[in-house]
Amino acid sequence: MTAVPMLELRGVDKSFGPVHVLSSVDFTARAGEVTALVGDNGAGKTTLVKCIGGIHPVDAGELIFQGTARSVRGPRDAALLGVEIVYQDLALADNLDIVENMFLGREVLTRLRTLDENSMEKLAEQALASLSVRTVRSVRQHVVSLSGGQRQTVAIAKSVLWKSKVVILDEPTAALGVAQTEQVLDLVRRLAGQGVAVILVSHNMNDVMKVADSIGVLFLGRMAAQVRRKDVTQTQVVELITAGRSGELGLSPAESSGAAV
Amino acid sequence: MTAVATADRPRLGERLAAAPWPELAAPAALLLLVVVFGAADSTFLTTGNIEAILQASAILVVLAVAQTFVVATAGIDLSVASTMTLGAVVLGQVYSSGAGIGWAILAGVAAATAVGLVNGAIVAKGGITDFIVTLGTLSAASGLALILADGKPQPVLSKFMLDLSASGIGIISWSVLVAAVVAVTAHVVLFRTRLGVHLLAVGGSTDAARSTGVRNVRVKMSVYLISGLLAGLAAVLLVARVGAAEPASNTSFLLNSVAAVVLGGVSLFGGRATIIGPVVGALLLASLVNGLTLLGVSQFYQPLAVGIVVVLAAFLTRFQK
Ligand SMILES: Nc1ncnc2c1ncn2[C@@H]1O[C@H](COP(=O)(O)OP(=O)(O)OP(=O)(O)O)[C@@H](O)[C@H]1O
Ligand SMILES: [Mg+2]
Repeated sequence: MTAVPMLELRGVDKSFGPVHVLSSVDFTARAGEVTALVGDNGAGKTTLVKCIGGIHPVDAGELIFQGTARSVRGPRDAALLGVEIVYQDLALADNLDIVENMFLGREVLTRLRTLDENSMEKLAEQALASLSVRTVRSVRQHVVSLSGGQRQTVAIAKSVLWKSKVVILDEPTAALGVAQTEQVLDLVRRLAGQGVAVILVSHNMNDVMKVADSIGVLFLGRMAAQVRRKDVTQTQVVELITAGRSGELGLSPAESSGAAV
Repeated sequence: MTAVATADRPRLGERLAAAPWPELAAPAALLLLVVVFGAADSTFLTTGNIEAILQASAILVVLAVAQTFVVATAGIDLSVASTMTLGAVVLGQVYSSGAGIGWAILAGVAAATAVGLVNGAIVAKGGITDFIVTLGTLSAASGLALILADGKPQPVLSKFMLDLSASGIGIISWSVLVAAVVAVTAHVVLFRTRLGVHLLAVGGSTDAARSTGVRNVRVKMSVYLISGLLAGLAAVLLVARVGAAEPASNTSFLLNSVAAVVLGGVSLFGGRATIIGPVVGALLLASLVNGLTLLGVSQFYQPLAVGIVVVLAAFLTRFQK
């Protein structure tokens, strides 16, 4: 375990008007690890992800990247800090091919300011190869012709290409079958193996127990607990998700019952 | 090294399945027309007539390319022909005021570009529907042209303009060459530059483009600007061809520019475009009109024929994915 976490949130608050969505959330993601973010529907997972990605400004609290507090005012700030968010469906342009998608907005140009197709093709292939991707036949395939798993693969490879430090995957396997889920989880592990801090938002306990090193559980906008995977059982995690507490773990009885502010 | 295939050649079956049928419609129809008209009338395939067809299509090619850029972003520029008219009138007025032809051309192109800039600013920044905005500028630009010219044509008798349409290399007149250069440049911009990728992304997947940091507003503004600039170039060719700057409206140019784009297999929903397609579409429309004229078909039937061809082409595009 490295000493300084890649990303640390301290006391993050976020409200939408009168709706208090996140209350004093602490969360840590370390380089080379998969940190799962779980919680019931409406617990605030997506909101937390969007705060990290600069889409929602936080009301209070700190975002600390590699030991330094940073203000993230927009998606561009987040990108500059090396944060890449892979959304379920927003991430790729269907009518473009894999290379064009991986470089969209950050194209490599020749000295004549035209696209350097050869370099981009090579880099895209290298990124896919570094993840041992076997499911993509040609990097010139249009994304519209790809399966859900292949699309996730491309989106994840994109973060490798751009040497992202923090990669957040919001329910990457939600729409996938068994085999494709396996492949994507495999990629998630390899991505962490490259030293990336991977944050995996998921409802699937099997996936979480399989790939996570650390698990953060949100309960009604509070971080009930962030635990090491090896210290807990699946039953304990499920209890944390549904009740906010499990034995010694989690919120105090008062907090978990009166959590809805 | 790995299993990631290096852009390997797809097999024949896959290539046929992936063949862009809508994009092949215009070349196939053009070939058919050439064969039919060639057989029906011996003058159709003479160099003199081919020269006339190319000459007649030059302006439409430039306008169709302009329209293609806008349509690729899922927009439409209904003002493209009126903008050309305004550009022509400004050219004529500046020339008649005693300025050199160079300044006159510059003023005409600048006026048309300004209209494109206005379209782009209102559509992209104001977020108002392109259809309404460009319908407005269609009317405004032709009105302005009538006011400036006081409703009268202004002869532009300059050797440069005469040469532009009357001389050239072999059967290729300078104006045809200008259209060809516009087409080749447009092709390079669309497929070999960042702007090209971005405008296809904005047209086909607006949300994905925005979330990856493509500047949608800037891209939308540039396509209308390009459209205005090209309408200005078309204005120069128009004045050269007619020998005068006429404030008369050119509605058939607008309809034909959209027709050429549709014939060329460009998706009106944006995100999928070529330059060669609309260029062939423009050649097809010019050949159709030329052939019908040669065969002695009354002029009144020509818009009907064009309409039928366009609807057939639109029908074909229904069969794409
Ligand atoms: N833009 C917004 N305005 C107002 N309320 C919002 C907004 N976005 C989210 N919320 C509210 O915040 C709460 C948390 O939503 P969020 O989407 O973060 O939950 P989640 O944990 O991602 O849930 P799920 O598992 O269903 O995706 C919900 O009650 C939701 O209604
Ligand atoms: Mg969510």
